[in-house]
Amino acid sequence: MSQVPADLRYTKSHEWVRNLADGSCEIGITDHAQEALGDLVFVEVPEQGRTLAAGEPCAVVESVKAASDVYCPLAGEVTLGNPDLAAAPELINHDPYGRGWLLRLRPKNGSSGTLLSPSEYEEHLRAEGF
Amino acid sequence: MAFIPHTAADVAEMLARIGVKSIDELFDEIPASLRVRSLAGVPPAMNEQQIGRLMSERARSDGRPLCFIGAGAYEHHIPSAVWAVTTRGEFYSAYTPYQAEASQGTLQLVYEYQTMIASLTGMEVANASLYDGASALAEACLMAVRANRKSKSQRILMPRTVHPHYRRVTVATAGNQALRFEELPYSQAEGRTLPAALARYDGEDVSALVIQQPNFFGVLEDVDALSAWARERGIFVIAVVNPTSLALLKAPGEWDAGGADIVVGEGQPLGVPLSSGGPYFGFMATRMAHVRQMPGRIVGRTVDASGREGFTLTLQAREQHIRRARATSNICTNQGLLVTAATIYMSIMGPQGLSRVAAASHARTTELVGALARVPGVRGVFSAAYFHEAVLGLDRPVAPVLQRLADRGILAGFDLAEHYPELGHALLVCATETKTSADIERYAAALAEVMKAARAA
Repeated sequence: MSQVPADLRYTKSHEWVRNLADGSCEIGITDHAQEALGDLVFVEVPEQGRTLAAGEPCAVVESVKAASDVYCPLAGEVTLGNPDLAAAPELINHDPYGRGWLLRLRPKNGSSGTLLSPSEYEEHLRAEGF
Repeated sequence: MAFIPHTAADVAEMLARIGVKSIDELFDEIPASLRVRSLAGVPPAMNEQQIGRLMSERARSDGRPLCFIGAGAYEHHIPSAVWAVTTRGEFYSAYTPYQAEASQGTLQLVYEYQTMIASLTGMEVANASLYDGASALAEACLMAVRANRKSKSQRILMPRTVHPHYRRVTVATAGNQALRFEELPYSQAEGRTLPAALARYDGEDVSALVIQQPNFFGVLEDVDALSAWARERGIFVIAVVNPTSLALLKAPGEWDAGGADIVVGEGQPLGVPLSSGGPYFGFMATRMAHVRQMPGRIVGRTVDASGREGFTLTLQAREQHIRRARATSNICTNQGLLVTAATIYMSIMGPQGLSRVAAASHARTTELVGALARVPGVRGVFSAAYFHEAVLGLDRPVAPVLQRLADRGILAGFDLAEHYPELGHALLVCATETKTSADIERYAAALAEVMKAARAA
């Protein structure tokens, strides 16, 4: 079973969300997602200032096998795309919940999306057969 | 690979397995109004003997005219080795093989082709080819809008000096995908886009500027000034170039302020016969920074587990069989057979051979323009330098003159009346290295007679 940290919230499409002290959120893909994709070769992160709707494609992660969209878990405005991923996409494989974060977002007021707790996400993984 | 169509028994078995009674029932979700019941105008099937005879009669009716038409397709000498090698069984497949890595020879050939195109255009990477020059421009516009992340407008500046068919294909392909095209005027004295025409877009959000070099009139655009204007404003530069001309002209990768971002063009001049209009192939090259937005296939060189050199399809992850609707393109068929011919043509010619073809074509066109402009009622139209095509003005409508010359076995040029009515009676002519001084004299003498007869009438 892949790692599912207890202090994060999740989506069924395998993104995670961390609340930051300044009220913004950090978003990435889960350990399970990076494992399923395999070695990442390219990551496209959104530009600062872009407004995203919940469920909108916000990034592309490309492995040797496939290029997949990452869906934004919450509506809001992008405050930063991870600048390190352009040169080192493998950060997502090595540290999906840390240095491999994709973007930071200032959530729109009242936007909470339909996020899963760690135990709900683990349940979802089991239901998908993992 | 054998192609074996389904027998009636196969079809019946498959329908039975999925519980459908007939083919019509299988497709019944397609509204009746969208279905084509019968194909009008398609004659009944012919056998081999009948079709052989029909085609040889049609070929004879083409005759062997002396051709001075360019306008996007150019008659060049093709060394016999080009098609002798291209039509060998090992190469004679018009398509990328589906089990690509099993065909190392084909992949190596495509890799060499990409390397040659990148080198000719002065860019870092080229794809395995596209359908033709016009569709390559449409793909380049879509790619520019994806890759230019600084621009939100999806607005593309398209000079009127770009091939009118390319402009039409581009609008047909990309116009319904929220791209907006704005036409740039040209100087009727020089026959090229004036950098001053760009001033009204200063400070506006523009995604890309298209520059054709040489342009549709054969005239050399001021590519350095145009490209510098665009790059200083974060506007992508899409170059549309004639590959033969690149043996003499500055490569788009070296245009001012850092060169073009995307280079496309029609590959036909590189060893592909005119063949009444096709099949041809398009080429596309770009910088590494934009490679993931480039449509189509790329072959890469790599090593296998034992360290031996091998070739493989690379960057497939963004193709349609993986990305579906979000693929970089869903109409990016490459032209394997024509690319094979072009690669062999370029290998045989080498950089020096290609330069000689380009220089001879320019010299022949200069000779042609001189000879024709001496004919009473004919004059040169534009003052700017040209490569191997030029516009002439006649003192009467072009179409009847072309018809009389065609009757004498001379295809005398391309009538610009339909696409450029503002130029009056204008004729676009071209001469390549295939034309001799005697051919040019024959054309000039015939034109003089036809013009004289027309005046007398």
